[in-house]
Amino acid sequence: MSEILILNGLVVDPASGINESRDLLLRDGRVAAVEVPGGLASVAALLPRENQIDAAGLVVAPGLIDVHVHLREPGQTHKETIATGTAAAAAGGFTTVVAMPNTTPVNDSVESLRWMLDAARGSVVNLLAMPAATLGSLGAEITDFSALVAAGAVGFTDDGKPVLEDAVMRAALLAAGRLGVPISQHAEDTRMTVGGSMNAGRVAFRLGLRGIPVEAEVRIVERDLQLLREIEQTKRVRPHLHVQHVSTARALQAIRAAKAEGLHVSCEASPHHFTLTEEAIDAHSCMGITYDTNAKMNPPLRAEADRWAIVEGLMDGTVDCIATDHAPHASHEKEVEFERAANGITGLETALGLALRVLHRENGMSLAQVIGLMSARPAQVIGLTERGNLHVGSFADVVIFDPAVEWNFAASESRSKSKNTPFDGSAMWGRVQATICEGRVVYRAKS
Amino acid sequence: MIELAKRVGNREAGEGLLFERSSGIAVGSLLTVQQLTVADVAGILATAARLEAMAAAERARLLAGRTIALLFYESSTRTRTSFELAAKSLGAMTTLVSDKSSSIEKGESLKDTGLTLRALGAEAIILRHPASGAPSLLARMTGLPVLNAGDGMHQHPSQALLDLRTILQRLGMDESTVDAKTLAGVTVVITGDIRHSRVARSNAMLLPRLGARVILCGPVELLPETALGLETHAGPPLEIERDFERALAQADVAMMLRIQKERLAGVALDLGEYVERYQLNAERLARLAPKAVVMHPGPIIRGLEIAGDVADCAQSAIELQVAQGLAVRRAVLVRAMGVTA
Repeated sequence: MSEILILNGLVVDPASGINESRDLLLRDGRVAAVEVPGGLASVAALLPRENQIDAAGLVVAPGLIDVHVHLREPGQTHKETIATGTAAAAAGGFTTVVAMPNTTPVNDSVESLRWMLDAARGSVVNLLAMPAATLGSLGAEITDFSALVAAGAVGFTDDGKPVLEDAVMRAALLAAGRLGVPISQHAEDTRMTVGGSMNAGRVAFRLGLRGIPVEAEVRIVERDLQLLREIEQTKRVRPHLHVQHVSTARALQAIRAAKAEGLHVSCEASPHHFTLTEEAIDAHSCMGITYDTNAKMNPPLRAEADRWAIVEGLMDGTVDCIATDHAPHASHEKEVEFERAANGITGLETALGLALRVLHRENGMSLAQVIGLMSARPAQVIGLTERGNLHVGSFADVVIFDPAVEWNFAASESRSKSKNTPFDGSAMWGRVQATICEGRVVYRAKS
Repeated sequence: MIELAKRVGNREAGEGLLFERSSGIAVGSLLTVQQLTVADVAGILATAARLEAMAAAERARLLAGRTIALLFYESSTRTRTSFELAAKSLGAMTTLVSDKSSSIEKGESLKDTGLTLRALGAEAIILRHPASGAPSLLARMTGLPVLNAGDGMHQHPSQALLDLRTILQRLGMDESTVDAKTLAGVTVVITGDIRHSRVARSNAMLLPRLGARVILCGPVELLPETALGLETHAGPPLEIERDFERALAQADVAMMLRIQKERLAGVALDLGEYVERYQLNAERLARLAPKAVVMHPGPIIRGLEIAGDVADCAQSAIELQVAQGLAVRRAVLVRAMGVTA
């Protein structure tokens, strides 16, 4: 029997509405008790000191859940491995991450899914995966959804690219809908983004870069919503569309309207999209860092009005969850001409610090809402009931963080194998002190 | 917006950027026109004039024993030749590396190519590259002064400087100095494929800071409204005029641009219609701008953006532009090498 007692913390558990001092007992990988301070004194009296954590002044919350990470294994282990990526996750307060399928080879079979989820890969947190929606993520033929769901798939995606063909997307939504899992769509009409490497607009014009227009995201979101509508009306299936990393005000507006209409759509927003704008690419021209490839990702950083719309969507609940799109790349893949540089940035260790800073500190979002966007609500997106909350009986996934400390992130100290982040040296708010996954301490801050 | 914390350099009040050693970008680099203050521009023009007046033998001592590399990832006639002749006239040794006849073909990165040139003794690199922003990457990776000889659709700062010197000379102004008012009252019309033109961007961001009114002209396919976002600092804001004849009637300088077929990807353009609406021909020039200075950065496509007889006429400064390339590039080279001339 293994036990951990977390004493005197401010327990913030949006799923149960708790937002006050509680003592928490974790036993055998599950939440065993949540009591008012002192209520577990008899347990404490018998438990060795090393099994007790004094969380006075700290927030105790459900372990964070990220529905969108790239762990690069198999095939791209020079960027990241499942072991290093999940170590970074643990350091960022995450206890569950969902691996995207764009590995080499693409995760599109039961065999590759099992290999990825095997304990031998050395994941230190709860690892889930969304396999490819189509074979090889080539967009033509959907994978074996029912076999993959039986093997643990929590949804399907061709992330990195969209499922572009109407008929294929319709088939994918229908098949996933019947199995009760989402299709997670990278919404980009790639016919409109050839050669594009940043948001279309004035900054792109000034820098002489081809643009990725807002319309490329909007078109796919609107098309997918129309498919949801058609399927609901004709097939007696209620498919679930999850829109990845929404980056534009217009796509978000379409999602808001679709939710009001009653369609089963959810969406995620990435910390960089609610923190930075396209100007970040050129923000350091005074020190020669212009064309900053660490500010290059897809979808790109957008204009300030879009950034603000994402913040508003998070505030009003239109955005279901925060997802990092953690996308590690080796330095030689970023130290190249901007147009040739790989898309994506790391994000697991900066997500909570940015969410607390931008949403909580700068825009007044409650701690409970921030935590909800990173635990209970992403759990809901992928259908987890025993994670993302601190109900008695749920998995003992816990993050303990200091909610009132400002610090500067240092990429050099990252657990990730890659250091490609625009937030090196940036101010963060709130710092993870410990992360516990299924009752095991998987991260502890240096004291 | 989150304030990113690694800011080091200083932004000069109002305009221009100061490069510091701490930035990792060597002093003397010429990456963009915004990087230059008006005083820097005046200094370059003054140096160009002094170098031109200097005896050839004296000039050839200025960079004697120094090594300058030309790194060209795109073809070039004017820019490459004038940079090379300028460096040689100053006594420097030059070496040319092009993407077609080097390890670049084998996949060597820009960073490694730059480090290789540095290891072989290059003290400055003149770079032409099809990717916008490549010069700033090379400058950061090597720490050497980098002279941007044209990067993608981004900038071509030495071209803008030589265009400036051409304008000053043709308008009968002192070509050895400028200030923020020098071109006040002068209207420059830049016409053509502005979307793909690094020359247009550099001129549109340099000339207004010396007081010029710059009108951009072209069909929407080649001139999106976003062009108005180019910074002119304290200078007159940019204007767009879609009607070429209306623009031309206001021009003291008519700068024509080639349609860059190699970069047109996806842009649908009816060339016949373009010629009809936008070609600078003798009839239009005589009727609307009989005194305007006609310019073109080259290469020109006779019969498309400009009629052959206009390119050759007395109003044309096209050959003068090429000649100015030598003077201006000598000046930016001695600046890059930290030599006072």
